[in-house]
Amino acid sequence: MNFLAIIGEALRALRQNRLRTGLTMLGMIIGVAAVVLMLSIGQGAQTKINQTIAEMGSNLFIVVPGATSSGGFSFGSGSIRTLTIHDAQAIAELPIISATAPVISGTAQLNYAAKNWSTIITGTTPDYFSVGNWKIESGTTFTESDLRSANRVVVLGSVTAQNLFGDEDPVGKTIRITNRPFLVVGVLMAKGQSLTGRDQDDNIFIPITTSERQITGNQFPGSIRLMLVQCKSADEMDIAEIEITQLLRQRHRIAKGKENDFTVRNLTALADVATGAAKVMSMVLGAIASVSLLVGGIGIMNIMLVSVTERTREIGIRMAIGANQRAILTQFLLEAMMICFMGGLIGLLLGIGGAWVVSQVADMLIVITLGMIGLAFLFASAVGIFFGFYPAKKAASLKPVDALRYE
Amino acid sequence: MLSIQTNHVGHSLIRIEDISKSYNLQDANGNTITNQVLFNINLTIDQGEFVAIMGHSGSGKSTLMNILGCLDTSTSGSYWLSERNVAKLTNDELARIRNQKIGFVFQGFNLLKRVTALDNVATPLLYAGIGRSQSRKQALELLRRTGLENFAMHQPNQLSGGQQQRVAISRALINQPPLILADEPTGNLDTQTSREIMSLFQQLNRDQGITIVLVTHEDDIAAYAKRLIRLKDGHIIYDKDNNTNTTVDKLSRTFPA
Repeated sequence: MNFLAIIGEALRALRQNRLRTGLTMLGMIIGVAAVVLMLSIGQGAQTKINQTIAEMGSNLFIVVPGATSSGGFSFGSGSIRTLTIHDAQAIAELPIISATAPVISGTAQLNYAAKNWSTIITGTTPDYFSVGNWKIESGTTFTESDLRSANRVVVLGSVTAQNLFGDEDPVGKTIRITNRPFLVVGVLMAKGQSLTGRDQDDNIFIPITTSERQITGNQFPGSIRLMLVQCKSADEMDIAEIEITQLLRQRHRIAKGKENDFTVRNLTALADVATGAAKVMSMVLGAIASVSLLVGGIGIMNIMLVSVTERTREIGIRMAIGANQRAILTQFLLEAMMICFMGGLIGLLLGIGGAWVVSQVADMLIVITLGMIGLAFLFASAVGIFFGFYPAKKAASLKPVDALRYE
Repeated sequence: MLSIQTNHVGHSLIRIEDISKSYNLQDANGNTITNQVLFNINLTIDQGEFVAIMGHSGSGKSTLMNILGCLDTSTSGSYWLSERNVAKLTNDELARIRNQKIGFVFQGFNLLKRVTALDNVATPLLYAGIGRSQSRKQALELLRRTGLENFAMHQPNQLSGGQQQRVAISRALINQPPLILADEPTGNLDTQTSREIMSLFQQLNRDQGITIVLVTHEDDIAAYAKRLIRLKDGHIIYDKDNNTNTTVDKLSRTFPA
């Protein structure tokens, strides 16, 4: 018997028992839909984290001043102001480093017309925007010359701009920061939340010189709160960390055996941890969904076994008119596989639809990849073959006379 | 014995020697009871014969029929079908023989449920490896000759008993087998329809030389055959020619001319 004809026989058998076929398929549909949905949610979370990390800027170190202690009490990191703008400039000159951005920060009250808003103010250098992967929505960032002259110019985060200006274009307007007039030169594109959930768009940026002299003030002139350091290549992060540490120890004249008065943190390493956690989450979700696929498969085996018993006489007739064991085996196996395949297809569509609904309702990022679709189908076929084989084998190994006599 | 065997080589279609069949059953105490239904049956049927195997229920006639049809195997003895030792054949070869050499007609018709008459008749061709459209074409031609072309798209439960049995006979004939095995083919039919079906068998036997082995417990049905074999309790009681066989020549219906 040729294969096409067997496919036809299997299809017809499925059509003859629409209700049973449909119910069996339901198990498969739910299983595959669950797998696709779970994988797409997991993948979405992973992608979201990767995006956040990319937005944070790549190959980043954050260098903060070290801790000081007095009378046995440690005051925590940053409690002494050992890092300076000059340290940042020196590190920037290392060949392995592409840029550094020193930061001092504080909070400030902003006024524009009748509106006022309080937010974080960051004093930094123009390199901050490239290092931190900030993009400009309108206008420009402040410049090196603004930095040198300590000009009163400000770049607004998108949320701050929205709160102060509403729909108005802020560029070219003057706002007051702690009662001093500042010219708005640019507005940043929105970044959304950071990995820790902080709104990164509610802030303003001014030249570090302006900040130090006019806004935040400084107990120790030239000292900074932290600096961002960007390495040229991801592969050289380890070497860069050693070079930064050595340079700073040298500049700070730290004797051998003494502890650093600063801390270098590799942000990429932190990001790897977050990505790893997301991967584990999506694997766990996938595993849970696979259980429902397994249950669906067992349902298929169950129905196929019942079907073999119920159709024993039919099998006998087919054998009497010339079906060999292979033809019977193939037909039943195909029936199981078709249920899985069709169930898989419907489940896939349902899963994609469900993922869309989740993305709309829960405002989550959902990612569906071709690999995921392939995996769902592979799984569905595997379940079909695995759970279809035993009933098919059972049907094929019946003795013709016993099958025919079955009532 | 040896000389008799060689006499038959070349023209005997069916040759069985010392065929016995027994079943092992468990009684209530778990003891195995052997129930023997056939005792050392010897039988030779030549190409072109029309044989009726008669007997009451429990005589072993259906068991013998199942063995002849390669649906069951004997406990001992040997069976040559077209000079091939059936015991030595693989499952696939047996399936091929059932497909090519034997056409089955059953008491309960045994048509595939919810499958059209046309596809029922065409199915053996599918198992023979012939494509579906070609199979349907041949099946329709056969149904036309049986006068059932208007019922080709009907399912078995939409057909009368006589129509169903004619569909079953068409199915048995589609691969042009040399042998038709009919197990109580008129058991579910009324007298008039039974006569029509039996005349069909007679025509097939007479016009196309198809060997027909009929199993029945009704003497008037057996009377259509040319040779009568009676079984009782697993033994052949007699095996004789039927010189006074019934013929239904007056029937207008013609079958494969």
